[in-house]
Amino acid sequence: MNESLFINIIIGISIASVPLMFAAIGELLVERSGVLNLGVEGMMIVGALLGFVVMSHTQNPYLAVLSAMLGGMAIASIFAFLTQFLLTNQVATGLALTLFGLGFAAFAGRGYTEETIQLITAVPIPYLSNIPYLGPLLFSFNPLVYLAFFMVYLVWWFLFRTKQGLILRAIGDNHDAAHAIGHNVVRYRVMAILFGGAMAGIGGAFLSLVQVPIWGEGMTAGRGWIALGLVVFASWQPFRIIFGAILFGGITILQIHAQGLNINVSAQYLSMLPYLATIVILVSLRMRLKNKTNRTVPNCLGRIFHSTT
Amino acid sequence: MKYQLEVSNITKSYGDLKANDNVSLRIKDSSIHALLGENGAGKSTLVKIIYGSLSPDSGEMKWANNEYSPKSPFQARENGIAMVFQHFSLFESLTVEENIILGLDSVGLNDNFSEQIIKYSKQYGLDINPQQVVGDLSVGARQRVEIIRCLMQNPKLLIMDEPTSVLTPQEVSDLFVTLKKLAADGCAILYISHKLEEVREICSEATILRDGKLVQSCIPQEHSQKELAEMMIGKKLTELARANIAVGESIFSIDNLSRKSDDIYGVNLDNIALKINKGSIVGIAGVAGNGQDELMELLIGEISSPKTTLNFNGQDIGTLNSHERRQLSMFFVPEERLGHGAVPDMSLDENMLLSRPDSTEMTSNDVIDWKKVATHSKNVIDTFDVQTPSSRMLAKSLSGGNLQKFMVGRELIQNPELLIVAQPTWGVDAGSANNIHQALIELANKGSAILIISQDLDEILSLCDKIHVLSEGKLSDAVDMKSKGLEKISQLMVGGKTQ
Repeated sequence: MNESLFINIIIGISIASVPLMFAAIGELLVERSGVLNLGVEGMMIVGALLGFVVMSHTQNPYLAVLSAMLGGMAIASIFAFLTQFLLTNQVATGLALTLFGLGFAAFAGRGYTEETIQLITAVPIPYLSNIPYLGPLLFSFNPLVYLAFFMVYLVWWFLFRTKQGLILRAIGDNHDAAHAIGHNVVRYRVMAILFGGAMAGIGGAFLSLVQVPIWGEGMTAGRGWIALGLVVFASWQPFRIIFGAILFGGITILQIHAQGLNINVSAQYLSMLPYLATIVILVSLRMRLKNKTNRTVPNCLGRIFHSTT
Repeated sequence: MKYQLEVSNITKSYGDLKANDNVSLRIKDSSIHALLGENGAGKSTLVKIIYGSLSPDSGEMKWANNEYSPKSPFQARENGIAMVFQHFSLFESLTVEENIILGLDSVGLNDNFSEQIIKYSKQYGLDINPQQVVGDLSVGARQRVEIIRCLMQNPKLLIMDEPTSVLTPQEVSDLFVTLKKLAADGCAILYISHKLEEVREICSEATILRDGKLVQSCIPQEHSQKELAEMMIGKKLTELARANIAVGESIFSIDNLSRKSDDIYGVNLDNIALKINKGSIVGIAGVAGNGQDELMELLIGEISSPKTTLNFNGQDIGTLNSHERRQLSMFFVPEERLGHGAVPDMSLDENMLLSRPDSTEMTSNDVIDWKKVATHSKNVIDTFDVQTPSSRMLAKSLSGGNLQKFMVGRELIQNPELLIVAQPTWGVDAGSANNIHQALIELANKGSAILIISQDLDEILSLCDKIHVLSEGKLSDAVDMKSKGLEKISQLMVGGKTQ
């Protein structure tokens, strides 16, 4: 294997893992607050569409990313309203959100399937990117890639280094007790859900603004579901999201490069790989945790909070 | 005399129900004041109003002679009111330190806080380790965490909601020492309880509520325990009468029963042995978390054990499941009501039918006859005074005490040959506890055997003929109550703890 191929693979893996990292770190915070939002896929696709549309009209990458975030938040706010104020079942509402998001994006994006946009390009950091090997590997990425890693750090810092983060974890652990000592359960959860929406939105936009310059119906292709699996895989620990996302990103890239390397496996089998891996990892994780009290799962995950006072 | 808190003419209604009807209460500086009443008497409502989580419909409060109307618990805490909840408001997956920080509004995360916690814990003799995860702690230790969390706010009034219901005798007396020290240091305490012995021991005043109304404020030492109880329930108590203990032949035995717990925080049972005769009531005393849950699972048949370790009426039953055991006329009331004793999301009727080993009298040709089921549930509801609008209510919608009455009644009404019951009156008010105790005694007088596993030593002492103590998974030999075994039992309970 020559050097440039190796570097390309590393870069490819990083690029492939970023959408997962965004979506998963957002969902991690949501689940830490005790809410299970299965609508990640729906929020991602709306982010992907909005980012693409705004980019194609304004050619302004900042505006495009911002609108993708707002789009994800808008969809998330539907979920927040339904589950936190009308107390609907979170699983059903989340599934509905995914179906709604996919349908809405397909419908609203009809006029854009023929268009292409200018991709948001990598910004090599001056000087540092010239260092042999390390330069292209560490300092020549798209700014959104750095942002993804930074968000993981930020979520960790928030959860474990701030009082608000502690309160959020406490709400996920026991919402009745949190309410009893006077913390506003619903407000924290709504904020977390909106943050999750924003992250899923950027994750989606990364696909249509960085990976490919086109819009396609269903272009998130199940990444939202993989992100949900990643949160479990990471056992709700932020930094493990990075590891998991790179692993899954790697499998995606393996699938692309296997064809290039003349490994004679049918393409369909290769595209099954990431999903197969998700299942295998989730099952093996469960087997490993069997018979152990697992404190990492937020106790109130998916449970409806109904204030009695 | 100065009053720390004065509550005047508070009324609070939920629809037609007046939870508090013109209630007044005055708490003196540095005093321990009892708030007495049965379940549903309005104690919790009143306390929530004082703590700011509810606002009253009418009435007013004064805090150290100033107008006081808190809009939230935050405001109550700012004024210096702290509360230890009955169902602990702790977060199991977080550490002790994190739990305490969560209850303190002014403390951030970066302060070096452990040392302060340790300082307070030493000062009041409340032993805790700030870095432990709360989920790993015993009930007593959890309460210490709650109390320290309150004390660190330097409160002027500490509200304690049934603090001793889960503690061992030793922990109770430790708690009383702490409370007396606190009162001496200038903190008033509002002590909610229905354990009258305790109230008479440490409280200087008592306010008694019944059906949302104020019955009386009095000095508890001036009244007998029975008088206080009758003020609470508004009628005469029946005396427990364990007439003639006519003990028959052996009916149930446990022999060489051991179990290695698969939970890392569980307790291993070690060579448990015990015999029960017909017509006798045997008690297993002991502090929670010494193997009671593990033992109960085996006795009920949720987990099977080697065939010969359990014997009922000459038949080895270790491998039978709980339904098969019920068919032999062994009945059970597990400690955990929701999930073990009853299906939370099913109605009382459905729960009634599910627990029956033989449901022929409630079905016709295997089709459920709901009217007949309802007659059976109605029977239990009436006999045991279960407060519920109908037998179609979901099990989880009943208060803990009410559901307990239903579950104990459901089993008792079957006239079991052997009844195994854990914590029969946990969370049940005095009047109903009296009814349940009476019913248990009547069952034994009819010749059935009863095994009671309870942390409530008073209950065990007043009911049982023979008492074993479970400590760290080992069961002591039987102590015969006729030969004054109280001292011995306390020794066994404490001994197991400190070794």
